[in-house]
Amino acid sequence: MTSADPSTPAPAEGARLRAERATLGYGDAVIARDLDFALADGAVTAVIGPNGCGKSTLLRALGRLLRPSSGQVLLDGRPVGSLPPREVAQTVAVLPQAPQAPPGLTVADLVSRGRHPHQSWYRRWSAEDAAAIADALRMTGMLELAERPLERLSGGQRQRAWISMALAQGTDLLLLDEPTTYLDLAHQVEVLELVRELNTEHGRTVLMVLHDLNLAARYSDLMVAMRAGEIRACGPPAEVLTPELVAGVFGLDSRIVPDPVTGGPLVVPVGVLSPDRT
Amino acid sequence: MTPRSAAAESGDYAPPGRRVLRLGPASWAWRPRAAAVSVLAAAVLLALFARALVAFDDYPMGIAEVVRVLLGGGDDGQRFIVFELRMPRALTGALVGAALGLSGALLQGIARNPLASPDTLGIGWGASVGAVAVIVVGGSAGGVSGAAAQFGVPAGAVAGGLAAAFAVFALAWRAGVQSGRLLLIGIAVSLVCSNLVYWAMTWSDVQDAARAQTWVTGSLHAADWERVGAAAVALAVLLPTALIAARTVGALGLGDDTALGLGVRVDRVRAGLLFCAALLVCAATAAAGPINFVALAAPQIALRMCRSPEPPVLASALLGGALTLGADQLAAGLFPIQLPVGVFTAVLGAPFLMYLIIVRHREARL
Repeated sequence: MTSADPSTPAPAEGARLRAERATLGYGDAVIARDLDFALADGAVTAVIGPNGCGKSTLLRALGRLLRPSSGQVLLDGRPVGSLPPREVAQTVAVLPQAPQAPPGLTVADLVSRGRHPHQSWYRRWSAEDAAAIADALRMTGMLELAERPLERLSGGQRQRAWISMALAQGTDLLLLDEPTTYLDLAHQVEVLELVRELNTEHGRTVLMVLHDLNLAARYSDLMVAMRAGEIRACGPPAEVLTPELVAGVFGLDSRIVPDPVTGGPLVVPVGVLSPDRT
Repeated sequence: MTPRSAAAESGDYAPPGRRVLRLGPASWAWRPRAAAVSVLAAAVLLALFARALVAFDDYPMGIAEVVRVLLGGGDDGQRFIVFELRMPRALTGALVGAALGLSGALLQGIARNPLASPDTLGIGWGASVGAVAVIVVGGSAGGVSGAAAQFGVPAGAVAGGLAAAFAVFALAWRAGVQSGRLLLIGIAVSLVCSNLVYWAMTWSDVQDAARAQTWVTGSLHAADWERVGAAAVALAVLLPTALIAARTVGALGLGDDTALGLGVRVDRVRAGLLFCAALLVCAATAAAGPINFVALAAPQIALRMCRSPEPPVLASALLGGALTLGADQLAAGLFPIQLPVGVFTAVLGAPFLMYLIIVRHREARL
């Protein structure tokens, strides 16, 4: 069922952010027990898995939005729970799933709030802030739309605005929870092209939760497949995406064929195997 | 990493509608529009204040005479009217209104809901329970007088308001605070507290009940310098605190998760801001009784005038002061008998609340 050893992602030379024997859940409900995970530096990693498998929970724990009930999350070898939140926020940016904004908030307002961990009560718009905000807007192509309120943007533009905010935070690590949800295919590709560019041209390490297996395979260096709170496989897309894994993780009968554009793996569903998948 | 040359070029970037001010290590981005609204609100506040000094009661005194009194002239009667009656009343109105406007701006920011205010979160009625309890219990024990009147009623208001604020947040707490649950519990606590007030008034003797009734409606009649002082101290400490915290309120406005990701200690910040807001409400209530709707309306008017995403702190305070002074002058001027200011802020505020609900409903439909 596993095509790679889950505990050691193949091409990872280093991992600044990792979870060690982390037990994650909400209240009494445990989603994942004793989870080990290392986020490969300098790569784009996509987490896939069925609904409720713990993908977002893992991302939230890595982003310090959720405190593990046991075990720990380490950033540069130090437990994130004991680091000042501000310091963590200067290294790791998190974009939660379906984030909310007050009505009337403009793109520039939103992106400038990404500078929060770098500011203080008297230093609210330094030259570095201005540069980071302008760069973040430029990288996502949002500079011309800077004065537009968020509610007057298309879904793809809105998502790019939120990614700009995370970029303005100026972190080396970027965690994106389902950045393509609610977007049509063209806008999904637009967002993922941006993610790819952030990695190749700006050296950002990216972890993202995605639902579409084929887009995940195409836009990531490493894939992590989860089911029922466990990491079932971790490695390059071509090694992770096998008919056995898709069957084991999603309960889906499928064929894997070469993607005619990139030559990477392309999952073609045949039918549902087990009706009782969670 | 970002190319340095591009970064250097964009070091002066300011988004549309903002100006950047840098002084040594300090820097701010400010909005000309919000600044203009604040200046306008301050001007209206000053004009209403001046009017309160010149023409408020039936005592005939022209502008020239008031100016002479302010400069140290005038006879004893005129000095008494200006310094002991009109000025404390106008100052109390302005300070109480500003404190309420500011508290509303903070509460609406942390609850992410325009309907959050001391009135809907139970803080105002909680303060009333405390004060009325002192009036009624003190009254039945031989009349509210001396220390009991001077310190007991304000202390009761502060204790009641803080207790209500704590109760509402403790009850609404479930791994974070969700604004819908917060408002529902706030309204429930408000109703319980208002019924406690009416029950206490029914149960007490007629004189105490009348005194409590005047207090519960919100009034600036009894304003004196001690009350001005207390309200001024509260505002002097908490307005700068709120201005400093405004940046974090902005991060909180993006939701708890995003705020956590930005390094905000969400729970601690929210508890701290709630405490500030509750203290402001208690200080205002201790000085003038519960004045309705200022805390709800002023931040929303300021937000719409400034076209800002969150209620602007300074403009909300200034507009709150202007609204309260305006309502007091309407109350004093329109009718032959002097009505308490609380009646008029409610008359101005109730239709506004309905307007807000309708607009919010339409927004949800869009």
